[in-house]
Amino acid sequence: MLANLDALMHGFTVALTGYHIMLMVGGVLLGILVGVLPGLGAPNGVTLMLPLTFSMDPVSAIILLTSLYWGALFGGSTTSILFNIPGEPSSVATTFDGYPMARQGRATEALTFAFLSAGFGALVGIIVITLLSSAVASFALRFGPPEYFAVYALAFASFVAFGGGAPVKTIVALCLGFGFGMVGTDTVSGSMRLTFGLDELIRGISFLVVVIGLFGLGELLLTIEEGPEFKGASGRIDPRAMLRAAARMPRYWFAMLRGSAVGVWMGITPGGPTAASFMSYGIARRTSRNRENFGKGEPEGVIAPETADHSAGTAAMLPMLSLGIPGSATAAVMLGGLMIWGLNPGPMLFIEQRDFVWGMIASMYLGNVIGVVLVLATVPLFAAMLSVSFSIIGPIIVTVCMVGAYTVAGAPFDLWLAVAFGAIGYMMKKLDYPMAPLILAMVIGDKAEDAFRQSMLSSGGSVGILWSNWLSGTLVTLAILFLLWPFLALLLGRRNAAEVAISPDAGHEETRA
Amino acid sequence: MTLLPKAALALGAVLLSTLPAAAQQSWKPTRPIEFVVTSGAGGGTDVFARAVQAAINKHDLVPTSVVVTNKGGGSGVEGFVYGTGAKGDPHKVIFGTNNAWTLPMVAKTSWTTDNFTPVAIMAFDEFMLWTKADGPYKTAAEFVAAAREKPGTLRMGGSQTHDTDQTLTVLIEKAAKIQLKYIPYQGGGQVGVQLAGGHVEANTNNPSESIGGWRGGQVKPVCVFRKEPFPPGPKVTETQGWSDVPTCASQGIPVEEFNMPRTIFLPPGVPAAAQAYWADVFRRASETPEWKDYVARTNQNGRFVSGDEMRQVIKKEEAETRAIFAEAGWLVK
Repeated sequence: MLANLDALMHGFTVALTGYHIMLMVGGVLLGILVGVLPGLGAPNGVTLMLPLTFSMDPVSAIILLTSLYWGALFGGSTTSILFNIPGEPSSVATTFDGYPMARQGRATEALTFAFLSAGFGALVGIIVITLLSSAVASFALRFGPPEYFAVYALAFASFVAFGGGAPVKTIVALCLGFGFGMVGTDTVSGSMRLTFGLDELIRGISFLVVVIGLFGLGELLLTIEEGPEFKGASGRIDPRAMLRAAARMPRYWFAMLRGSAVGVWMGITPGGPTAASFMSYGIARRTSRNRENFGKGEPEGVIAPETADHSAGTAAMLPMLSLGIPGSATAAVMLGGLMIWGLNPGPMLFIEQRDFVWGMIASMYLGNVIGVVLVLATVPLFAAMLSVSFSIIGPIIVTVCMVGAYTVAGAPFDLWLAVAFGAIGYMMKKLDYPMAPLILAMVIGDKAEDAFRQSMLSSGGSVGILWSNWLSGTLVTLAILFLLWPFLALLLGRRNAAEVAISPDAGHEETRA
Repeated sequence: MTLLPKAALALGAVLLSTLPAAAQQSWKPTRPIEFVVTSGAGGGTDVFARAVQAAINKHDLVPTSVVVTNKGGGSGVEGFVYGTGAKGDPHKVIFGTNNAWTLPMVAKTSWTTDNFTPVAIMAFDEFMLWTKADGPYKTAAEFVAAAREKPGTLRMGGSQTHDTDQTLTVLIEKAAKIQLKYIPYQGGGQVGVQLAGGHVEANTNNPSESIGGWRGGQVKPVCVFRKEPFPPGPKVTETQGWSDVPTCASQGIPVEEFNMPRTIFLPPGVPAAAQAYWADVFRRASETPEWKDYVARTNQNGRFVSGDEMRQVIKKEEAETRAIFAEAGWLVK
């Protein structure tokens, strides 16, 4: 550990040059812009910048690209909160409470909470990388198909089982999500599924296009119907509101630690930032003291997904460097960059390319601090957007959504898909179907299916492989317990109710179940 | 009065007929160029295309800018579909592997290899058999012996279904008369890590996909699918270099040679001049130090093939692959 701190100090001498700080500021600013625009997410931003880095020193190149990534992670939450349009897939869970807060005129507060907790999560992630790099890398090697499936199942169960709303509608939304996620080439059999002979569907339905349609366009349709005003969203810029919110942050220390822990876990395993934010939100909604307020503008509902999102994003850099496992789509692009700069990811990278690895880790501390400062500086600017008349901002949002949908794959077909999902989103909202399970099923359903079938291939069809070691066994068992929780709670609740039925005023107690 | 339009028409006709002729003599890009990559960002084909892009940019080999776009959906089908849509446009260049002719065999596609204009093969990526560094199989022969003892239990990881890895696995099974259990993952990097973690017993990664794991003492190459071992070169690990790896044939797996061409195509119906132009550009790119460095670093065979020679390579490979696929029952229709 001490050796690592020593190495980190060395890393700071690499990262702390005027040129590198300039790259960080530039990268973060670009990233915020990229993150704010839905569709043009971090992977696209990093891909666009990649050719620029060919002539750079690898350390400078990775500092630029990672800074852009941090910026995008921060920026992605902005539109989630203000317009209910997630700028990044990992910001979907931030809409659940962030957007209600904005509608109550607490946009500044929500943005401040989001950015500060994101910064906190990132810091936790980096500290874990710094101190435990070697232990964590060898832990990640334990993950084969059964373990992957177990991680996805647990993330899934912790979100879904803790959700409210009508169970039948949740199941319908889940099945739709699994169905949409299935479109395209099947990894295991190699055959095309649900493409209906359309060439455009071969690459599958992009999750980003669905988010843009369901959240962005769907929300707009609803706004138009309900009256062209953002209800209650106050555009007044009050710097004191930011300070007040910042002063209240320490009160949520437990939520922040819990979210970071979930994020680090999902970043390393690697389930990815998107699944991490959902899982963290789900657990928070279940265990928080303020659980009744979730979905109605509860700050903890913003803090939980944001800390998890960022700690997962930063922690995922470790398996990328030490094993070559990309924990996210963005990390996959950076991996390609690594190969082009002439570096081979692997355990030796930490020994032979100390300047590169530790320079990058040091830059993660600096880049995230710069990110928090810069993104906080944009809060008044973005909050002011809410006071712009809907007749101006509405068309702009539509334009940005459509541009975003096109940018995902450069395919005109995706524009139609986005419009179709806009209509679906509108209908789901009118009929009170939850959209979160649909999104989650799309994000991890496909990967979970691959992992499950790979497990079945290696075990020859025996489900027992999921319990063949303590790691996957524990995770799967936990997942099943989580899934059954509502029923268990019901049973326990009934017994409690029976026990206390003797006392006359115990009637209110059981409503919770 | 009536003569004039006729004369104008005739003149127009003459002009029209001379224009394409002039274009045939020489062609030059006039708009930004798009390198269409038939894999996702970070995949082997992506790194290939970006290495070419870097070499071209560095030496100003083309007059306009080059953009790389990833169209890797459906194992690369997306990129070729996109290429079909860009019929006659030589500003779109498609980067692939042998997927250009294997995909139409295993999936219902709206295009065939013959639609596309072959430009060049810039390298051939080699294949090796890898096992876990501290695992029970120290040599390929030991691995074969174990597989023979317990048929159908040893797990072979591969990067996709019905791709080069699975094809090679089938060839290994036939040649060594063994049975393996093929498990498809997504991409060679993931397969390498799965082997390092002991979740599969072997894989057939390219050298560049597992060099990091080899140097880090996680996995080791036990044989190479070449007629001869690699020529002597610098050490990769502290004690060994690529040339120390024996051929698979010498280890009881008589698959003499297996490699994967890194191919470049143009969309259907482009003028011959454009084809010649690009073949020339890529030939010059293949002579740059940047490209040589990429080939050396990834330990590929940098043989440059274009024109009729490329058509023959494709024809031969296609026939061989089709025979294997037919026997394995992978062909669609």
